[in-house]
Amino acid sequence: MSGIPDGFQYTEEHEYVCEAGTEGEYLVGITDYAQGELGDVVFVELPAPGDAFEKMEVFGTIEAVKAVSDLYCPISGEVVAINETLDEDPALVNSDPYGEGWMIRIRVIDPSELDDLLSPEAYASLIED
Amino acid sequence: MAGFPLKGETTPTIFEKSVAGRRGTRMTRSDASPGPLSDLIPTRHLRGKPARLPEVPENEVVRHYTELSLKNHHVDRALYPLGSCTMKYNPKVNEATCRLPGFAGLHPFTPQASAQGALKLMFELAEMLKEVAGMDEVTLQPAAGAQGEMTGVLLMRAYHDAHGEGSTRRRILFPESAHGTNPATAAMAGFDAEEIPSDETGRVDLEALRENLDEAVAGLMLTNPNTLGVFESDIAEISKLVHEVGGLMYMDGANLNALMGVTRPGDMGYDVVHFNLHKTFSTPHGGGGPGAGPVAVKKHLAPYLPVPKVFRREDGSYGLDWDRPESVGKLHGFYGNFGVMVRAYTYMRMLGATGIRETAEAAVLNNAYLTALLKEDFDLPYGRGMHESVFSGSSLKKRTDIKTMDVAKRLLDYGFHAPTVYFPLNVPEALMTEPTETETKQELERYAAAMKAIAREAETDPELVATAPHTTPVRRLDEGRAARQLDLKWSFSGDAED
Repeated sequence: MSGIPDGFQYTEEHEYVCEAGTEGEYLVGITDYAQGELGDVVFVELPAPGDAFEKMEVFGTIEAVKAVSDLYCPISGEVVAINETLDEDPALVNSDPYGEGWMIRIRVIDPSELDDLLSPEAYASLIED
Repeated sequence: MAGFPLKGETTPTIFEKSVAGRRGTRMTRSDASPGPLSDLIPTRHLRGKPARLPEVPENEVVRHYTELSLKNHHVDRALYPLGSCTMKYNPKVNEATCRLPGFAGLHPFTPQASAQGALKLMFELAEMLKEVAGMDEVTLQPAAGAQGEMTGVLLMRAYHDAHGEGSTRRRILFPESAHGTNPATAAMAGFDAEEIPSDETGRVDLEALRENLDEAVAGLMLTNPNTLGVFESDIAEISKLVHEVGGLMYMDGANLNALMGVTRPGDMGYDVVHFNLHKTFSTPHGGGGPGAGPVAVKKHLAPYLPVPKVFRREDGSYGLDWDRPESVGKLHGFYGNFGVMVRAYTYMRMLGATGIRETAEAAVLNNAYLTALLKEDFDLPYGRGMHESVFSGSSLKKRTDIKTMDVAKRLLDYGFHAPTVYFPLNVPEALMTEPTETETKQELERYAAAMKAIAREAETDPELVATAPHTTPVRRLDEGRAARQLDLKWSFSGDAED
């Protein structure tokens, strides 16, 4: 599992965004670094499809052995799907954060917001400190 | 290290040790003939079939629980530096007094006239707590710290309601280092819980506080010394600012062990404080028994305290006052966890006023010594605390890949419980260490030596630390799975639910 995949974009709160394969839709999850810091994930609380979020609004919470954290929506948009398998198997966030451990699929309103997010290099130097 | 053989990894449950017909004692046949049970107890309250109680002889019962206690860590074995939990040694005299038949056998429906000793003890305990807190009134009812918080916040709500501001004062503020129970309590009581940032010393950021204060603030919840062990030296100013906008000051009494007998929440401007009798006043906790979370308030909040309240009549007798029309009501069955009150009363009377102050001083001194011993090996991002210090394993992790959790697990091999880890949340890789006053200089040195040895092992033999513990009855547990698939219930094999 690569630590910080290329082609993804990142927030300072350790969420990632990547293209979902459909024009205008993106997948959101938390980074490998974040899952490592949190430890074993025991519960992920996600919104319902149809819910809309502003950029950096809290869209859910993640509960791990060590701590409970808020999840921030990297871009404004509407949730078109959630990863329902996390309800049964929240450990996917630990084992495959950039794949099976994705959290929400979001249709963006303003793609230019993506420009404000961190590049892989910028995120790498953030977690370096 | 555990210097004795333990019987295998898992201990069978007491149910698995049961053999039908085994007894520790045989009762003499009664020569009275009471007739069938249904003559005495309404049949709807009688069991259809006998309870499935384990049948085990007395020696097996004693051995069973002794073995479990040996497999566990507890404060009767060694230092237990769980920060914020005040795992001080619990003097055995507390256990003697709470077992006195007049206390232990007292039925809660005993008429007040026949329970004067118990009522007097409750009254005097409340008086002592008032003195420690610098407050005007006390309720002993809440069952533990979190319920004490709940009680305190309900009192604040009742106060604002009575002043016609119940619907407008919606905000309760808490600092970022706060215990999670603070915002949870505020939310449970119907308030909006809002975090305010700390400054670089770990204290409340006064500027941020000022910006956040308005007429919608119901109060501020603030532990002092705070969760980093740091005394909020601006407390007088903080109280003044909160009071100026009409808010109330709530002190989480979690860390009272650092202050008692030295300074008082009431004198700092707090309106409400809860005690954790089980922490500060030495009653067993952490799986060792119920707690008690009395709440002390200033006069202006006293009318709202829970019912009933113990009082002393002019003739010197004691009673329970139910006639408190503005009370928030009753929060606990009967009068609270009475056995804990007897222990705490005993503890305070054994110490006396001087001893209580010396306890706080020794708690701070012990922590200062331990912190000095460890500060070369672990980071101390917010400096030495009063009764506890929050170390960080950040540099160790960077250098060696050994995490705080690994250090915590390795400590078990050295015969110590770990400090509180990964809390407070504003310290990465936190090791929150509270030695308490009851440890000797030698025990502190033994613990520091273990921590230093682990820091060395992290450099020389990281695998040993990363795979710890090695000497405990079970190895590293899958905490994630334990949380996801919680299974605490014994099921009798081949049985439908009883």
